[in-house]
Amino acid sequence: MGKIRLRKDNYGYLFILPFFLIFLGLQIYPVIYTLYLSFQQYDGISKAEFIGWANYGRLVKDPVFLKAIINTWRIWICNFIPQLIFGLGLAVVLTQARIKGRNFFRAVYYLPNLVTAASIGILFSALLGRQYGTINQILLKLGIIKEQIYFLGSPGWSSATVSTILWWMWFGHSMIIFMAGIRAIPDQLYEAARVDGAGGWQSFWKITLPLLRPIMIYVLITSLIGGMQNFDIPYVIGEGVTLGTGEPQKALLTMVMYMYNTAFRWSNRGYAAAIAYGLFFIIMVFSVLIFVFMQRRDAESRGIKK
Amino acid sequence: MKNNILKVKKSGKLFKNFRINIVFLFIFLIILAVICYIPFYIMIINGTRTTTQINMGISLLPGTGTAENYIKMQQSMNIWRGFLNSILIAVPSTLFAGYFGALTAYAFSKFKFRGNRILFWLVLATMMIPTQLGLVGYYQLAGKLHLIDTLWAIILPAIANAGTVFFLKMYIDANVNDTLLEAARIDGSNEFYIFNRIVFPIITPGVAMMSILNFVAYWNNYITPLALLNTKDKFPLPILIALVKGTYKQNIGSQYLAVGISIIPIIISFMFFSRYIISGVAAGAIKE
Repeated sequence: MGKIRLRKDNYGYLFILPFFLIFLGLQIYPVIYTLYLSFQQYDGISKAEFIGWANYGRLVKDPVFLKAIINTWRIWICNFIPQLIFGLGLAVVLTQARIKGRNFFRAVYYLPNLVTAASIGILFSALLGRQYGTINQILLKLGIIKEQIYFLGSPGWSSATVSTILWWMWFGHSMIIFMAGIRAIPDQLYEAARVDGAGGWQSFWKITLPLLRPIMIYVLITSLIGGMQNFDIPYVIGEGVTLGTGEPQKALLTMVMYMYNTAFRWSNRGYAAAIAYGLFFIIMVFSVLIFVFMQRRDAESRGIKK
Repeated sequence: MKNNILKVKKSGKLFKNFRINIVFLFIFLIILAVICYIPFYIMIINGTRTTTQINMGISLLPGTGTAENYIKMQQSMNIWRGFLNSILIAVPSTLFAGYFGALTAYAFSKFKFRGNRILFWLVLATMMIPTQLGLVGYYQLAGKLHLIDTLWAIILPAIANAGTVFFLKMYIDANVNDTLLEAARIDGSNEFYIFNRIVFPIITPGVAMMSILNFVAYWNNYITPLALLNTKDKFPLPILIALVKGTYKQNIGSQYLAVGISIIPIIISFMFFSRYIISGVAAGAIKE
């Protein structure tokens, strides 16, 4: 028996081998190699030259990178807050109210999330055209606006537009995850609360929200990681016909866009690698902060109950 | 007014106590559904209208410009070539991610080799790493391996899809019975046979669910092919579509048509698979 077991368990190594070859070779190694590159001056052609922390020294003083950080956060927050409100609100409504066709609503709200982001960006840059754009035409016809809005022409409007598109793409996704979380909450809790005379809002604040905390952490952290890597839509939707400019006035230049342009347009691979690690650092710090903060609040609320 | 107050189904949790006007709620839900759907509808309609027709005003009915738009669109790019490239990338990527993901998940779930837990946690930990972190390094590596401007550069990393392994390990833990495997071993089946003929059929629903989500992700991927491919003949749809903005400045109808061709397959497949896709997304979150 022992002999068979030993032989059998060694198959485990064989089975994970293809995965780990690619995992280590094409995923982990490039990440480490990028770290190595971030200490080099390298243009992609001539020989790389070790320059110590110089790329990072430049990064922390780079006004363009700072602008990219601010842009990325602004676009993310302006999309995430309404996304959270809509996602949570709709999840509560669709799981708990008796509404006809809720599977239909659930599917329709989720649909934009599946569609190619690059295509969505192009679609909206056509729909939002200044002169004849369909959205301007609709708003004019409904009498909501008096003259055309140049959605992609000013920093404020274009940033808000990108956030709105991202909200449109992602609130259905958050909703589905919250729905799954709410379904996992036992009915008895609500029954008991009702017997004790709790109202709907009270049940929401005292039962639904606290029990959704792990799901909330998940949504927050995955959205943060995705949002900090925002690329496709701002890359294609910017003002003018050239892709990836971040115009108007660099208001749509995100961190990954800056990294991409630095690496592949201006061929400064070393500095681009440092930007990638700057991005990684930001994501790590804030993920940990969110996690610790949410966990602590969890512990506090449990302490009070005792 | 009283008739409009929400009546709650018996197992309802929260809404028993909410007093919300259901008509108001319903109208809100419908408006939101229209907002989600209307851009795609306008896209389809405007793809059939000439640029002049589009500029003249909104229409909810198709126009007469489909042929004209199509001819102009095909003059400067071959969208079907892009379609083919997207399939050539997304299909093998999905198959690799599904098969090798299942194989790896099975090993982690059912074999007690040394380092099993540590390696599994290593895979899990990398799910937190932003995907763009290694892009510059990967470009350099792909250069050394002569993979730049080949579809393989985009397909190969799919063999190691951490999310798939994570999901399928949970799935195998819950659905594959150890005694069944032992029985097969006593019958003298070899390990590959057991995986391919016994385990894989059992976990096919889980693999299928994951594969739908993977397919969509590979189909939609933009930045990796953008960095690694430079021949127009090899561009998948997202890159080709993003170029229409510059190519058809004056021909907005062609822009809509091109975007439509890239989006409609996704919308159609969503109609068939929406249930699986939605439960896949939900399962991914709940398990974590």
